[in-house]
Formats: sequence, structure tokens, C-alpha cells
Amino acid sequence: MDMNQYLSMFIDESNDHLQSLNESMMGLEANPEDISIVQVIFRSAHTLKGMAATMGFEDLASLTHQMENVLDLVRNNKLRMQDFIFDTLFKSLDALESMVQDITAGGEGKADVAAIVSALQAIVRGEIPAAGGAAAAAPAAEASSDLQITLDEFQYSVLEQSLQEGHQVLYIDVAIRKDCQLKAVRAYMVFDLLERSGEVVKSFPSVQDIEQEKFDYGFSLYYITQKGADEMKSMIMNVSEIDNVTAVALDQESLAQMALEAAATAEAPAPVQTAPAAAPETSPAAPAAREESAAKAAPTRTGSAPSRTIRVDIERLDVLMNLFSELLIDRVRLEQLASEVQNSDLTETVEHMGRVSGDLQNIVMKLRMVPVDTVFNRFPRMVRDLAKSLDKKIDLIVTGAETELDRTVIDEIGDPLVHLLRNAVDHGVESIQDRVATGKPETGTVNLRAFHSGNHVFIEIEDDGAGIKPEKILQSAIKKGIITQEQASGYSDDEAIQLLFAPGFSTAEVISDVSGRGVGLDVVKSKITSLGGNVVVYSTPGKGTNFSVQLPLTLSIIAAMLVKIGPEKYAIPLSSIVETGIVKQTQIRTIHGSKMIEFRNSHIPLLSLSRFYSIPDFDESTEEETEIIVIRKGERMAALAVQDFIGQNEIVIKNLGKYLPEVQGISGATILGDGQVALIIDPNAFIK
Amino acid sequence: MAEDIKVIVFKLGSEEYGIEVDKVQTIERMMPITRVPKTYSFIKGVINLRGVVIPVINLRGRFGIEEADHTDQTRVIIVNVNEMEVGFIVDSANDVIDLNRDSIDTPPEVVGGIKAKYLDGVAKIGEDRLLIMLNLSEVLNKSEIVQLESLEG
Repeated sequence: MDMNQYLSMFIDESNDHLQSLNESMMGLEANPEDISIVQVIFRSAHTLKGMAATMGFEDLASLTHQMENVLDLVRNNKLRMQDFIFDTLFKSLDALESMVQDITAGGEGKADVAAIVSALQAIVRGEIPAAGGAAAAAPAAEASSDLQITLDEFQYSVLEQSLQEGHQVLYIDVAIRKDCQLKAVRAYMVFDLLERSGEVVKSFPSVQDIEQEKFDYGFSLYYITQKGADEMKSMIMNVSEIDNVTAVALDQESLAQMALEAAATAEAPAPVQTAPAAAPETSPAAPAAREESAAKAAPTRTGSAPSRTIRVDIERLDVLMNLFSELLIDRVRLEQLASEVQNSDLTETVEHMGRVSGDLQNIVMKLRMVPVDTVFNRFPRMVRDLAKSLDKKIDLIVTGAETELDRTVIDEIGDPLVHLLRNAVDHGVESIQDRVATGKPETGTVNLRAFHSGNHVFIEIEDDGAGIKPEKILQSAIKKGIITQEQASGYSDDEAIQLLFAPGFSTAEVISDVSGRGVGLDVVKSKITSLGGNVVVYSTPGKGTNFSVQLPLTLSIIAAMLVKIGPEKYAIPLSSIVETGIVKQTQIRTIHGSKMIEFRNSHIPLLSLSRFYSIPDFDESTEEETEIIVIRKGERMAALAVQDFIGQNEIVIKNLGKYLPEVQGISGATILGDGQVALIIDPNAFIK
Repeated sequence: MAEDIKVIVFKLGSEEYGIEVDKVQTIERMMPITRVPKTYSFIKGVINLRGVVIPVINLRGRFGIEEADHTDQTRVIIVNVNEMEVGFIVDSANDVIDLNRDSIDTPPEVVGGIKAKYLDGVAKIGEDRLLIMLNLSEVLNKSEIVQLESLEG
């Protein structure tokens, strides 16, 4: 069977599972006793394994299988989660992720995971290196030689109820002959027999373990039936190779008694079986945790209702957009025709079509919006790993992950945010000792917020660290030759902090694992600026730092000023326009051979678009008055001379095609209402 | 026996040229072209082809043939080579023929003033009809354009 058609689905779903695995693992790390999370992880891993096996990615499947083995022990309370297990599982997730990436890139998802696999296998065998203490992880089954069964609340109430309803509750102990060859088969026969005339409520060891021969030569169980104890006993004895059977009928009193004893015996040997180094709260905590998890399980399950969405290839959306702009162009033509024909029915229909297509346009635009969640979701894991490698304690609090941004912005914004977050974790939040010394809690907080404001989305990264000292930045900037001593004296604190974004600036005194990769904040700034956004930093020494990133809602649609120059029309992005105006020929001065005009008490250059683009049939120097558009790039400004303003418009940005990737002074093209192509002026090209 | 290929035939001046049909996306009538400043002189500008902005090349200009006015017959052939969509302005395009690969000869040094490297070969159809097969990736090769211009300039 050809699996290729399912490949993209497989990749999408694998990524989803990996993401949810990462999230759940983080949740489990915060709350290691919560078995319900382990269940979620186990299910996700299991699905992933199944999918990988079906698609023939054996390496992926076998690694997930090893993870499952570990998780299985954990969910059956035979293994306590601890740092080493977390680290190994996280490493496995990373390996899986790179395998899936390899598959995405057309590879076969092969990777050398021998080390991880052997670590996982060691965990299953109960061999955990140092730190946690080996014995702590050893399956509890080995330690408790006494075949007592601990009943949880639910099972207890089931048994109690059965008694009230007049059923028999039996406690059965089965011993298999020591010379038995296939004890699992014998056990199976016993269970088979039991299930024909009643119900096994709880067995020890668990049914799964018995099936896998993970038991000594005996097992015990609670059993609900209508038959008598002696009758059951003789039935079981009929199975061959059974050494001995004891069946005790329980009444409510003895049941309560047994449950109590069981709990006591389970608790008593606990300190003995765990290594002295291991946490002594192991067992006492367990029942409590189990209750807790039982209580928690229900709400989490109802809370995560599957979202009703479908996946759509982004290219199909682009096609839809293109077709749609065609439709809009036809609409304009129809409107023109209708106004010529003067038929009221036709005019009405065309107007109605105009309204419908307007609504449609909004929907098509909205389809391209994606919640920032898709970028944010990898950050908790990243911050965890970073904090760990830096030996810090950090809480990442994410808010507003549902805020939507255009797909094109989402694709670009990941790297700058990673950089800012690394910055916050590495330079922002202090080490534990420093925090304690200044009276702050050990655990630092990094807030990652996204929210809408007007036509922009803001993403803020705020830490409660030591903040930035303006003096220190100024000194460093002088030392690096970015500014001179004299300039420095004129800088306000706020201006000094913004120097962080100056090219060649990095405050890291020690090159750590995290920073010092040769990429400075200036790269972050230029990336965000290229997206039509902005980034500023606020800081209070001792209190923390806030990087605020402002982004346009979308990159594919921008507000622009349409202008006419000679026979040609151009669009200038509104985001870089300061204002429009008219200057008289007499106001234009020539300084050093270049034309300048006075603008708000300073002189800015006046640039001729008609000359720069060699536009025929227009020369502003022959006009009495010239329309100008003042543009800005950072602090610098310039005026562009145009012939006429057509007006402000929302335009859809298109590129010029692969054959013309870059044209000087042009950043793209757009299609106007009449179907004509207008070029978009790149204002940055005019200000060096 | 070499395979048959389908070829779109178009005219520039008196010469007939051929492009393999599977490289041709569509053939359009002349449409409004927006000039793109600051680019190669033979790039006429960009057009809106059903919502996609596509650059169009003046093929006469590319081959150094004297430019001609656009007529009713003028066509834009949209080709798709190496994922690049480009339009060629040609004098006319109104024929599709089957051609046997065997009938394509290696190009002579100079044909109709066009540098031989733009050509895949010359096919002889019938008695006295010569068809010049274009080497599209060379026609679209920009690095070579830059070289040529710097040599000439």
C-alpha cells in the first residue's frame, strides 16, 4: 500500500502528539505524583507508536515502545518519577522530534538512539544512576513479599455494595506448584474460570503482570460471585498444577478489617524498601496522591474537549486568496457596467454581490490567522531546559496564547522570541543565591504575554530579575566604540537601555551555553522591524526587565497610501509614513547639491521618485507645488516627491515572482481594484 | 526510435521557435503590463495573471532583436521553469506540432543572430520550415545576463 498520501497527516499528527507529550511531561514534572497525567502521556505515546509502526518508521516506533515500557511501570505505581527518568524521557522526546523532522524533510526518520534506548531499558530494569538511589526505583512488587492487596476507595465501595446486595465477596489466594512450566497459562486458566462465574475486582499482582509472568508462584484477589467459597476453591483446584487455594468469604466487618490491615502492611515496609537516601514520604504520599489524581482526572478529561477544526494546506489558502482577488476585480467591472446600463435590478444584484464578497473577504483573511499558541507552545520546554542548565528556578507564565496573528508573521516571529526568552532566562533572572540574597523568592518568574491593541499585536517578555543598569550599558557601549564619552553624557536612562539593540552590543560578560552565539539583540530588532514591527525595552533595576514586541496583525495585508507619479501608480506602506504635505518650489533648498526641505525645525532630504524610478512624463521640478510624503526609518526621515495622492487603501502584498526576487527600492506588488499591478515602494531603500 | 514531443510554436519576426508543451503553463493575449524600474532592460514589467504577479520578458529584447509594436497577434506565453513563472512576449503563437526528438539537430554556431547557447537545437519540419528549439533555463539564466552586461559595458 502506498503510504505517501498519509505522510503529511502522519507528520502533522506526530507533531501534535509530540507537543502534547512535551506539555504533559512538563505538567508531570510539576506534579510527579499525578498518575492521571502519566495515563495521558502513555496514551499519546501509544498512539504515536502505532502510527509510526503503520507508516513503517521502525526506529520511531521502537523508541516510543521503550518509552511506553517506562511509562507503564510508572502508571502502575511500580516506578516513581524522578529527575533521571524525566531527563531521559525528555531526551527521547527530542530524539523523536528530530526523527519526525527528518521524515518531514523527506528522510526515513532514522537516528542513532542507542544511548537513549539503553537508558530507558536500564530504567525499566530498575537501574537508575546515583542521585535518586537505586532501590527507590526498584519495582515495589519485589519488596512486598506479603501478598496483601491494597484496595482503593472505589474498589472498596464496590465490594461493600456487592455485599449489601447479597453477593458473596471472596478473598482468594492461589499458589501454583513450583515446578509449573507455564505459570502464566495456569493463572490465565484460573482467571478464565473465575470470570465465568463472577468478577475479579482487584488482583495482586495486577492482571497485566500476571499475563507477562511477572509474579512469583502465587497471587491473590478480591472476587465477587454468587457461589460459595468452598465451591470456588474446588473449582480452582481442578485446574492442574495448582498447589493450594484458600478462599475466604468476607462480610462487611472482615472486609473493612482486611482493607485496614492491607493499608497498614503496605505502609509499614515502605521505609525499608526505599533506600535511605530516597524521599521517606514515598509511601505515605502515594495513597493521598492517588486520591488526588482520581479527583483531578475527571475535570481534566472533560476540560480538554477536542477542538472542531480541520487542517488546510496554506497553499490552498493562497490559491483561495488569489481567486478571491480575481472575484473582487470582476466585481469592480460589474459595478462599472451596471452603472452604465442603469438597470435597477442589475444594480441591486451587483450591490448585493458586493456586500457578500466583502464578508467573504473578511472570512478568507481570518482563515489565515493562527493563534500565537503555535509558537508559544515550545517555550515552556525550552525555558525548563535552560533553567536547568543554568541551575536556576524559573516559572514561565504564558498568557494570551489564543491571540491571533497572520500565518506569515507567526512563521517569522519564532526566532526573535526565542532569543528574547533566552535573554530573560540567562541575563534577566538572577541565580538562586543572588535572588535569596536580595530577598526575592528562589523561583524567578518570566511572563510571556500576547495581546491585541488596535491594529497591532503586542508580545511582552517580562522577567522579575535584576533589571538593567543604564550606567553599565553606557560604559560598555563606550568601551565597544558604539558611542563616545561625550555622547554618553547626553543619554537619558531610557535611551541608554535602548542601546542594547545597537549593532555589536552584548552585555554578556561570560559566554555561556545559552548566549554568546554571535547573534545580538540588534538582529532581533532588525528582524522585527523587517516584519513591520518594533521592539522596545523597559527596565527597573532590581525589579526586572520587559521586552515589548509590537507586531502588525498581518503581513499579507497592509494599509498603504496609493500615489500617482506620471502614468504609474505606487503604494507606500502607511507604517513608514510620518505625514503628507505640499511644499512650494521656493521652499526647496539645495545643500551640497542635494535638495532639502525644512520639516519641523530640521532639514530633511527631498528625494525624487520620478528620477529614482526613471518614470516618464513627470518631473516635479517643473511644478509650482510638490506633493510630498515624509517617511521615516528609525530616527531618520526623508521626503518623497509624488505627483498626486490617490488615497489610503488596504492592499494585499504579493511578491514579484521568483524570477525577480529583489528589485532596488521595491518591496513587492499589489493588485489594484481594476486588475492592474501596482508596485510597493520600500521606504527603507531611501534612507541609508 | 526516439519519442515524439509536443511543441508550442511561436514567431519572433520571421523566425519560428519552439518550446516543449509541458513547460508552458498558458498562452495569454496581451494585457496591461506594469513597468518595474531598476531591473534588466528586457524585463517588460509584471502582469496580474489571475491574482499572481508574474514578470514578463520581452523575448525580442532578450535576443537582441529590434523591438516591434504589439498587435492583435501578440501573445504572452507563461512558462514554468525551475519553479519560476515567467511570461514571454512573442509576436504570435498559434501552432502545436508533434516533433520527433531525432529530427532536432544540434544548433549551428549562429542562428538568426541568437547566441547558440540559448538554443537546444534546430528542427526541420517538412521541406523548408526550420524550428528553433529554445533552451529555457539558459534564456532565464540571470547570472549569465549579468556577465554579458558587464562585458559589454
